[in-house]
Amino acid sequence: MVEIHLRVNGVTRSLDLEPWVSLLDALRERLDLTGTKKGCDQGACGACTVLADGERINSCLALAVQYAGREITTIEGVAHPLQAAFVRHDGLQCGYCTSGQICSALAMLAEHRAGAPSAVTGDPAATGVELSRAEIAERMSGNLCRCGAYNGIVSAIQEVAEMETAR
Amino acid sequence: MTDVQTRELPAGRTTGRNVGRPIDRVDGTAKTTGAARYAAEYPYPGLTHAALVHATISRGRITSVDTAEAAAVPGVLAVITHLNAPAMKPPPPVSPLNLSTLVSGTTVNYLNTDEVHWDGQPVGVVVAETREAALRAAALVRVGYRELPATVDFAAGQGDARPEKSSPIQPGAVAKGDAAAAIAAAAVSVDVRYTTPPHHHNAIEPHATTAVWDGDRLTVHEGSQSIAWMRSHLALRFGVPAAGVRVISPYVGGAFGGKGMVWAGTVLTVLAARVTGRPVRLALTREGVYRTVGGRTPSAQRVALGASADGALTGLIHTSVTRTGRVGGMPEQVTSASRHLYDVPNITLQQATVPLDLLSNTAMRAPGESIGTFALEAAIDELACELDMDPILLRMRNEPARDPVDGKRFAHRMLREAYALGAERFGWPERTPRPGSMRDGKWLVGMGVATAYHPSWQFSANVTVRLAADGTVVVRCGFHEMGMGGATAQAQIAADALGVPFEAVRVEYGDSDLPTGPAAGGSAQTASVAAGLLAACEKLKRSVLALARRSGDSPLRGRRPHDLQARDGGLWAGASGPGETYAAILGRAGRASVEARVGSDTRAGEILGQAKFIAKFLRDRRRWVKAACGAQFCEVRVDSDTGEVRVSRWVGSFDVGTVINAKTTAGQLRGGIVMGIGMALSEETLLDPRTGRIMNPNLAEYHVPVHADIPPIDVHYLNEPDPTMPLGLIGVGEVSITGVAAAISNAVYHATGKRVRDLPITLDKLL
Ligand code: FES
Ligand code: FES
Repeated sequence: MVEIHLRVNGVTRSLDLEPWVSLLDALRERLDLTGTKKGCDQGACGACTVLADGERINSCLALAVQYAGREITTIEGVAHPLQAAFVRHDGLQCGYCTSGQICSALAMLAEHRAGAPSAVTGDPAATGVELSRAEIAERMSGNLCRCGAYNGIVSAIQEVAEMETAR
Repeated sequence: MTDVQTRELPAGRTTGRNVGRPIDRVDGTAKTTGAARYAAEYPYPGLTHAALVHATISRGRITSVDTAEAAAVPGVLAVITHLNAPAMKPPPPVSPLNLSTLVSGTTVNYLNTDEVHWDGQPVGVVVAETREAALRAAALVRVGYRELPATVDFAAGQGDARPEKSSPIQPGAVAKGDAAAAIAAAAVSVDVRYTTPPHHHNAIEPHATTAVWDGDRLTVHEGSQSIAWMRSHLALRFGVPAAGVRVISPYVGGAFGGKGMVWAGTVLTVLAARVTGRPVRLALTREGVYRTVGGRTPSAQRVALGASADGALTGLIHTSVTRTGRVGGMPEQVTSASRHLYDVPNITLQQATVPLDLLSNTAMRAPGESIGTFALEAAIDELACELDMDPILLRMRNEPARDPVDGKRFAHRMLREAYALGAERFGWPERTPRPGSMRDGKWLVGMGVATAYHPSWQFSANVTVRLAADGTVVVRCGFHEMGMGGATAQAQIAADALGVPFEAVRVEYGDSDLPTGPAAGGSAQTASVAAGLLAACEKLKRSVLALARRSGDSPLRGRRPHDLQARDGGLWAGASGPGETYAAILGRAGRASVEARVGSDTRAGEILGQAKFIAKFLRDRRRWVKAACGAQFCEVRVDSDTGEVRVSRWVGSFDVGTVINAKTTAGQLRGGIVMGIGMALSEETLLDPRTGRIMNPNLAEYHVPVHADIPPIDVHYLNEPDPTMPLGLIGVGEVSITGVAAAISNAVYHATGKRVRDLPITLDKLL
């Protein structure tokens, strides 16, 4: 057993756990933060996406002990216009991929603001690349939605991105 | 029940203020904040975790089990195998008198037998204090086997396929005229074979069960499409009264047919909780889902068509071979759309199945129709090319006025209108017919079209509606919410039926303690619940009126139910006549609430409900052919260097009757198209032909569509009511996956001149 201090959604939680417990299981099973979902437990679906110091990670591929002292944000700690936009654009059906989509999108928007290119960005060195539907879809492709709510998800993200640029 | 809804139809249409509107789904906030709890997310004091041990042979008997190492893992509470498991009753044989018998995923009495029937069958379950310990210990259980010969390869087993017999539910063969002779004599003909691989649902929520016993009372949290049948099934298997079993399922993380049956994980979690006396949670691994939950059957199909030179069809042959498991599964109605789509004088349809030593197949979004329309609608396109005729023109040339097989009337069919609308939105006239003629740089551009078709169903639903003195309404029905927006749609319907604001209605669902709802299958749930709900609202309004008439002061005194309009939170005589609010009526009568109920959950009520359903089903079936239909248009771009296929545009134009919620309906229609795109281009479950073991049981190697694969999908619907359905609505869950694979394969042909008749259309097949 290892004792660690996890900072989740601004609160420090202390945990006694085996070193092989994933961050995802620590959140879901030990801290009862079940908003983060498990779709595959092997980095293939994105349902478990959380933010670690603002960057998106697949928490199923992370060991909880590695993240001691890092600032973890789960869906329970998110309060952002994107959530309402998902509902307005019906970017969800069953809701099981939704937490991951939202956390992933928040980090993706930050990546874009920081000038990170994607595989569909024509010129990787260009600045101020417009967040087109194709750009959003490419950058969100690590988050599967079997219900096929992709169009609504992209619309929600695009609307929020436009709102942020307008500000 | 039926009469009431039929009478309701005009009123429902004209006073609809909520029905049809694009209202946000009521559970949207719970799902976007992480508050919605799914089956594996219920905390219980003393909760334990289970993991399964899977057989590693295709068929045989267990000869030895060594659990010593597993039991020694710290935290392990029990290692249960057939050597120490308590007896359970076997799954019941299917009986038409008790429809819950349809719900057994397989006929295997897990851990009550030493027999192995498929590679992956659970042969043990480990319970531990933590999930990690359970998984670790499960990997340490050593099982010895004596293998028996097994037949697992679909391609090799097809020769043994037996023709299906028809049943009242699944019409089998059709032999109208002499199709073979007509095709042989036809001016133009095609005769082609198509194959489709096995598919898996891959709902993003893997199946999970949390089971808690309290004496003989059992609580189960499970994402399910059939909570009432699951309750009956578990009660029977464990020999306890059904009244003490409660299945709770408010959120289902996707299902698509995969959560319709009761599979091993559910039964074994309940068993493990019985053995350990502790609450047990089993969250299947993704691989565990593939090993224990059935998927879509593969198919081999033949379609032959004959036509005169002007495109009048003279003969149609559609035959199919699919597989079941020797331990369960169902034949798929692969040729069902071929019964109804074209006006052909000579039709031969025949479905055959072969049982294999594999896990049962099970329903997956539009079982039968999704793969059947691939073959039929691709063959129609092939014929159009042979005829040098526009494929839409060919379809319209052969659009029937009545059912081609038995001359019954269509309850509703607006396929022509759907095509006209879709063609206009898509810009079909811009297409140049010659394959390869629409190049854009390195991209070969192709446009394809196909018909979507899915029968519409309606089951029985027990519903209660309670109206409180403050004007709020609670609708209660044990239906299922897997993402379709059912609670939102039913709240819209109740709001209009009672003339109250949408916000005043709360809908309770997903709990087997509620009045029994329909299973969520066959795209039937919305219509089924709506019928019960409308009837309950009618009853409720009559009760309220009776209350009002008891008072000498009520302006409703002397009024009859049919004089009244429900609006503005009360009952009023016509559009401008006198009336009063529910609050006033209930307040005067000193009543806190009034409740109305449709259907009964007693055993007698259940039998009566079932009998009514079957009677209505058979009556409807004698009179009408009922279905949703539509036209799928797509544009693909094929990379001329790599053969990669990208779907660049989509227009789906559907005839789905009255649309209850414009937003969630569009979402469901898009969702089906997305799954169809996966079926066309990337999805395939790969089995080792020697063992039948699934080789890609994960989301990394079974490729479902991702964001980047999906263009904006433009969906349209005609919004014309089907007069034979409650409020005129037709279910939308499945129709939109049908025709998708054909539209894509037709577009790929148009782009490249290559016909790929073997799904998925991967790039290797185009180079
Ligand atoms: S659960 Fe982590 S990526 Fe799927
Ligand atoms: S909403 Fe169901 S998987 Fe995305």
